[in-house]
Amino acid sequence: MTQQGVRWTADQVLALAPDAPSRKAGSKLGVAGPWSEAGSTGEGAVWGLCKGSGSKPYQTIVDIADVAGPAYKCSCPSRKFPCKHALGLLLVWAGSDGTVPDGGEPPAWAEEWLTARRKRVDGQQSSSAAPTASADPEAARRRAEKRAERITAGATELEQRLTDLLRGGTASAEQMGYGLWEETAARMVDAQAPGLAARVRELGAIPSSGAGWPVRLLAECALLHLLDQGWLHRDRLPDGLAATVRSRVGLPAQAEGPPVRDQWAVLAQYDTADGRLTTRRIWLYGTESGRTALLLSYGAAGRAPALTLPVGLALDAEVSGYPGAGQLRVELGEQFAAPAPTARRPPGVRPEEAAARYGTALRDDPWLESWPVTLAGVIPTLSQGTPSTQGTPSTQGTPSTSASWQLADPVTGSALPLAPSATSRPGLWRLIALSGGSPLTVFGECGHRGFTPLAAWPQDSGETVSLC
Amino acid sequence: MVTTALLGTERRALPASLQTPGKEAPIALLDAAAVQTVRRRAGLRAAPAAALPEPAADDPRPPLPPAARSRLATLLTDQPGTGGGRRGAAPDLMELLPQWLALANARGYGAPPELLPALLNAARGRTDLRPQALTFAGPRALWLARLNPDWKFALRATPGGGVTLPSADDAPQVRRLWEEGLFAERVALLTTLRAHHAGTALDLLVSTWSTERAEDRLMFLDSLRTGLSAADEPFLEQALTDRSRNVRATAAELLSALPDSALAGRMSTRAASCVAVDHTSDTPTLTVEAPHECDAGMERDGVTPKPPTGRGERSWWLGQLVEAAPLATWQPRLGNRTPAEIVALPVADDWRGELHAAWCRAAVRQRDVAWSRALLGTPASPDAAGPGAVSLAERAKLLASLPAAERADWVAGFIAAHGLSEAFQLLGVCAVPWAEPLGRAVVDSLNIARDAGSYPWSFSGVMGLAERCLDPSEAIRLEALTAIPDESENASPGAGGYWSEAFQRLVTTLRLRAAIRDELPPP
Repeated sequence: MTQQGVRWTADQVLALAPDAPSRKAGSKLGVAGPWSEAGSTGEGAVWGLCKGSGSKPYQTIVDIADVAGPAYKCSCPSRKFPCKHALGLLLVWAGSDGTVPDGGEPPAWAEEWLTARRKRVDGQQSSSAAPTASADPEAARRRAEKRAERITAGATELEQRLTDLLRGGTASAEQMGYGLWEETAARMVDAQAPGLAARVRELGAIPSSGAGWPVRLLAECALLHLLDQGWLHRDRLPDGLAATVRSRVGLPAQAEGPPVRDQWAVLAQYDTADGRLTTRRIWLYGTESGRTALLLSYGAAGRAPALTLPVGLALDAEVSGYPGAGQLRVELGEQFAAPAPTARRPPGVRPEEAAARYGTALRDDPWLESWPVTLAGVIPTLSQGTPSTQGTPSTQGTPSTSASWQLADPVTGSALPLAPSATSRPGLWRLIALSGGSPLTVFGECGHRGFTPLAAWPQDSGETVSLC
Repeated sequence: MVTTALLGTERRALPASLQTPGKEAPIALLDAAAVQTVRRRAGLRAAPAAALPEPAADDPRPPLPPAARSRLATLLTDQPGTGGGRRGAAPDLMELLPQWLALANARGYGAPPELLPALLNAARGRTDLRPQALTFAGPRALWLARLNPDWKFALRATPGGGVTLPSADDAPQVRRLWEEGLFAERVALLTTLRAHHAGTALDLLVSTWSTERAEDRLMFLDSLRTGLSAADEPFLEQALTDRSRNVRATAAELLSALPDSALAGRMSTRAASCVAVDHTSDTPTLTVEAPHECDAGMERDGVTPKPPTGRGERSWWLGQLVEAAPLATWQPRLGNRTPAEIVALPVADDWRGELHAAWCRAAVRQRDVAWSRALLGTPASPDAAGPGAVSLAERAKLLASLPAAERADWVAGFIAAHGLSEAFQLLGVCAVPWAEPLGRAVVDSLNIARDAGSYPWSFSGVMGLAERCLDPSEAIRLEALTAIPDESENASPGAGGYWSEAFQRLVTTLRLRAAIRDELPPP
């Protein structure tokens, strides 16, 4: 099953770039000039020779139809991944001006790598299909028990610290600064509970986060307390909630749900950086099943996460879910064809319903910050300094002294305020420009801080516009 | 609860409702706070919607073809300030944006809404880009600019700030806007009317002229440049007595551009009395007798009496008279000679520079092809490159009034005779893409410069122009120049490699421009 002639857009290609300079350098090579002997199989392999400053042109090969996202090889010395040549080649290919014809036979230098690579990938797939049970199940069980004990010790210590904090008063937190929290976070890392460590670190940032911090600090302390208690009493929790607690604490889990094959439309892809780790989130929408799923990919030490999927296209692929009630996270399994355009979009709901869905999702996971929803027929609107009222999502946000944006439903007269973090991103203006004062469909994350728009579609028809 | 948390349970007792027997106070507080936090989050409800924005005006233009849209997205990612340093062999995408916009505007395409923010940001950083970018961006960009202070420039740059002007036939509406509108709206109204109904615009202006402020009068007067005709003469003649000196000068300038106006006639008489052919010498020679005084009449007709520092009064007055006099004055006055013959006449007593410079200004102002041609002379003449009678800047202006093909031929001839180093300014006024002989002259000169062994960055200005202006079909011929030449003895070290790189960039850019052109077919 080949997807002859389906090419990516320039935006989709540029999203692969590891950083802004690469994007710029890649754009410059995205023209026919420096390229020769370029071609594509039409099934995802693209190759070409790029004239550089040296006498020998660079050999660049990209395999975009890979389960694990695009793979690259280039004879240039760059350590960036993908390098500017790979980006340039894909741009020329995306440009469809005939420089990279379809249906070619790869030259020997490309063929070699492609064959070796596909063989290896197949090998990996067949080996991962086999049960990955450890050689010694008894030893594995002992290791797991040991880790659980350490986490329990960590959680108990954390409970003590929270109790001390509340006994002495959180007012002191403002003066304490970062040090105490950093030290506590380090203790949680030692206790092998990275989930607890991350939450503790976030607590440290709250006292300097502006007006209303005592309310936010108490709320976050309470949720951390709830997680500690959840871990300490996990044997009394229902299975689903217990699994959620385990993953929130930071225990690794295996995607063990049954594989679900669907045409998965890629709705959004964005990165968040936390210390040395870059987390990439990719939201998928199953056009047949109507299911929304989340793919996570990590990049350590300044490297871009490996997995990249083109927003706006759909993958014919299998995914399997991670354990935990209401858990949206999945792992990408076998991919049956190169990504192809799709006209299907998630059906939208009204703002009221979106808020209700977040509320319902909290039942399975009280630590949820937000829930993916699609709003239909909403208009980005500027609300001039409306004072926040009890019960609206902005109660926990910064005080709305200045104008803030919301997505309003002209039919019901209800609206979701945009999250403060969303209003400082360039995607906001793309959203407003796309709307032009008329209703559109917006996909995003709805949570207690407000709504974060991630992708939008104009009302009548049109391609997915990424807002990330 | 928050207060208790802030002060600490040691200092402040828990509310009775939260106290639980057998539970430490801090734990009871955390328990209660957890329940409340989750409850509040779960009880999240939508907020009441604020007033909805007025929708943006419709853009009736057809949308861009997909290939052109991704090209625009690529061009816009190449923002200035990223990277830098040596340009290497890769094209400068930002430099292609103006051409892309000009072509898209000529083809009448509308902008894709999601690219408007990037487009506005690009136009914000580069004022030269604004007119084209805003035309392409269309009504929705103005709608956006009202919401984002970063893009205010778009409202300033667009006459009337994007307010819809009444149709010219709607007399009461037109009158109301003229009488009640903001200054920018009134200027926009006048400019629009002037283009199609010059008379109506004049009537409107006359109706309120005496009550307008001096700065406003100047701006309004300026709009009469469009569609200037003999019908405007009575009004302009009256404006010569205006209180404001700037208004008077502008009125005089406009009148002098009307060859049949009374002012042009007066200037013609004055100028003609200063210049004559002297037949007493062996060869006919022009003699110049500059005016001895700047009388009230001259001043009323726009002559500035006080010269700038370093210039003599009399030559200053002469320059202004000759500049404002219709060029048609000279043929009958100077023995029925053609402009070329007049320009060729020797001039007595070092008046040649002054006289020719004034004729140049007149030729530019009156867009007179015959005089422009005569004053330019032949491109190969020895003083064309030197500090002759006519400077390069004046030549560039004179060239602008010639037909495009003649302009290109003239500059090609100039480059062939004098090389590239002086040609930059002249190339700037040639039509894009360059005509074939001009393109060939530029490429040949670059090739000669390379063989002479100099570095390409001595020619970076011309190289940059060539990237933007050469006909894309030249790419094939240039292919051969991208090879690294053998280093000759007198060449600067490494120059060959840099030239190869520079030509590579030229070829790549030309290819890119060809692609851009193909991607923007007439809709």
